[in-house]
Amino acid sequence: MMLIYTVILLPVVSAFVAALLPNDRLRSYLVPTTAIPHLALVIYVLSHRPPVTADGMFGLDALGALILLLVSVIFAANSIYALGYFKCHVNWSNRTFVICLLLFLAAMSMATAARHLGLLWVAVEATTLVSAPLIYYNRSRFSIEATWKYLLLCSVGIALAMLGILFVAYAGLHGSGHAHITMGHLLASASTYSKPWLRAGFVFLLVGFGTKMGLAPLHTWKPDAYGEAPGIVGGLLAGGLTSVAFLAILRAVQIMEAAGEQQLCRQALLGMGITSLLFAAIFVIQQKDIKRMLAYSSVEHMGILVIGVAVGGLAAYGAMFHVVNNALTKSALFLSAGNIHRYYGSKRRCEIHGALHALPFSAAVFLLGFLAITGSPPFGPFLSEFSILRGIFNGGHFYLGATFIFLLVIIFIGMGGTVLPVTLGPTFDEVDSPYFRETVLTVISPALLLAVVLLLGLCLPAPLHEMFTQAAALVEINR
Amino acid sequence: MTDIADLIMLTVILLNFFILGSSRLGACVRAVALQGAILSCLAPLLHGLAPHALFLAASAFLLKGLVIPWLLFRAIKKVQIKRKIEPRISYVASLMLGALVTGSAFIFGDRLPLITEHVHSLVIPTAMTTLAMGFLILITRTKAITQVLGYLIFENGIFLFGILLSETMPAMVEAGVLLDMLVAIFIMGIVMNHINREFSSINTEELCLLRE
Repeated sequence: MMLIYTVILLPVVSAFVAALLPNDRLRSYLVPTTAIPHLALVIYVLSHRPPVTADGMFGLDALGALILLLVSVIFAANSIYALGYFKCHVNWSNRTFVICLLLFLAAMSMATAARHLGLLWVAVEATTLVSAPLIYYNRSRFSIEATWKYLLLCSVGIALAMLGILFVAYAGLHGSGHAHITMGHLLASASTYSKPWLRAGFVFLLVGFGTKMGLAPLHTWKPDAYGEAPGIVGGLLAGGLTSVAFLAILRAVQIMEAAGEQQLCRQALLGMGITSLLFAAIFVIQQKDIKRMLAYSSVEHMGILVIGVAVGGLAAYGAMFHVVNNALTKSALFLSAGNIHRYYGSKRRCEIHGALHALPFSAAVFLLGFLAITGSPPFGPFLSEFSILRGIFNGGHFYLGATFIFLLVIIFIGMGGTVLPVTLGPTFDEVDSPYFRETVLTVISPALLLAVVLLLGLCLPAPLHEMFTQAAALVEINR
Repeated sequence: MTDIADLIMLTVILLNFFILGSSRLGACVRAVALQGAILSCLAPLLHGLAPHALFLAASAFLLKGLVIPWLLFRAIKKVQIKRKIEPRISYVASLMLGALVTGSAFIFGDRLPLITEHVHSLVIPTAMTTLAMGFLILITRTKAITQVLGYLIFENGIFLFGILLSETMPAMVEAGVLLDMLVAIFIMGIVMNHINREFSSINTEELCLLRE
């Protein structure tokens, strides 16, 4: 029973220690020494399958477990990169950065374990607040603008989600006279809840958490924040935070299914999914900035995820698999893009050429990551996108499938048009950055993440397959 | 009891209009604080003097009525914001829009499927009015601090709706919600300070470097 709490409290305690430590160098080691035990703890907790706490507030079902494991893996990988990152900025105080990083892990863990909608909200809002200072770490005009937009848009968005939660509670009050909003209670009795309030609640939840997840047309903060944040923060946001926001949306979907309101769910998710693909396809072409390009790719994959859930069946399984693939690949891409950015002192396409010569490892990860994320075999995303596509065609949604493939091809070409000239070809002779050299610490995390993505594509371990199947069953829309 | 509650609702709506029409920043901050403070008294009025309602009222009063306005005034002083509000649309137009929004909220609130205790209550229409006003201020004001005020008014609207449902939120969650809000305003204050340092102004129309 106490196990669930330890997963959340471990990073909080470390954050306190980080606040008290006077030495920057010592403090930077606190990140991996928290992240790796956290990962071990998560694996231990998941193998023990703790029951839901007595008050129904905390618990790990298959969905929560999947996202918790994912968040912990991403954070552990990023924590090693963080060591290298701090070595590049020895003169900057990292106190706020480390504290916020650790609290970010705590908030994300709490969101995955929350079984009460209000608690989920508190955790997701906390992730916004502690990640805002992370985005602003570079202290430029651009990053302050990105931070402000992120903070304001996500806060207002998440406030709308709170309204959605209150509507769901009111639906209970109107329908059955009781307004309990723990997941256990909701799933058992959502069918007695008042339908109009429940529908309104779902729409607000979708808009609120959709802003956080970055579904088009609510994604406007995303290119700015991902573009201006340090690579490591981009990796954590695109890998961890979006998955947590996706989990929040899936909670709303679960409630709607329990209430027998799949139709609205399916249409809303499909609409936002296709819009996301469309926006990503439009803006990824001729994108001048490599990090913004990755942000639009993130919008695309959020779209793919919700389409997978909306279609259901095999596609829902694919969506669960794809959360993992997208998060790992995106994180690797952001970390390697961060290295390229630091070496060239620019993230603009026209100022980077032939990165493979200058930074053989980072650029190789960037290039292979691009191939992986656009769904090329033999990487994991190929399998998960293929599952989603098969689900779409099995369900008889021919036009949806055709549009899906068409937009994916456009995005592949668009991203290729940026990634290929950046990585391949001759490099500039005059660029010889004195600030940055590839070291083991800055290269190992993205390389490991990509290796995992490759392994997932080659052979999927049985326990993971089991986990995806169980998670997909929880959000199965064709009931 | 309901008479006092109705009086509070009317004051909240009047304060909405005051904020929409006022050109002085300090007065607006005070009005938002007053709105939050009187709203926090509503929980014991509607639910009786239960410990849960009292806890909610006390913590909300402390936060919305005292701490957050103090943080905002500190930010105004530190950033030396000019104490004049520069709206995108004229005050008259804002007020007209506000009147329109309030009217629609009341008509809409009348048609909602409510439980019998809430049918003739002013709480839900007032909550919707306040939500809409918050949005209006978020959209039509250019300064970062007035956007924060819009966000706070929006939160007040949600809080008002939440009072009806306070039994669903355990005290732990409510404390979390309020704490999140406090930290949000605190961080927004810091970011505002940095915006001012970088741009020598907190006019958000200058935040236009990042675009496609």
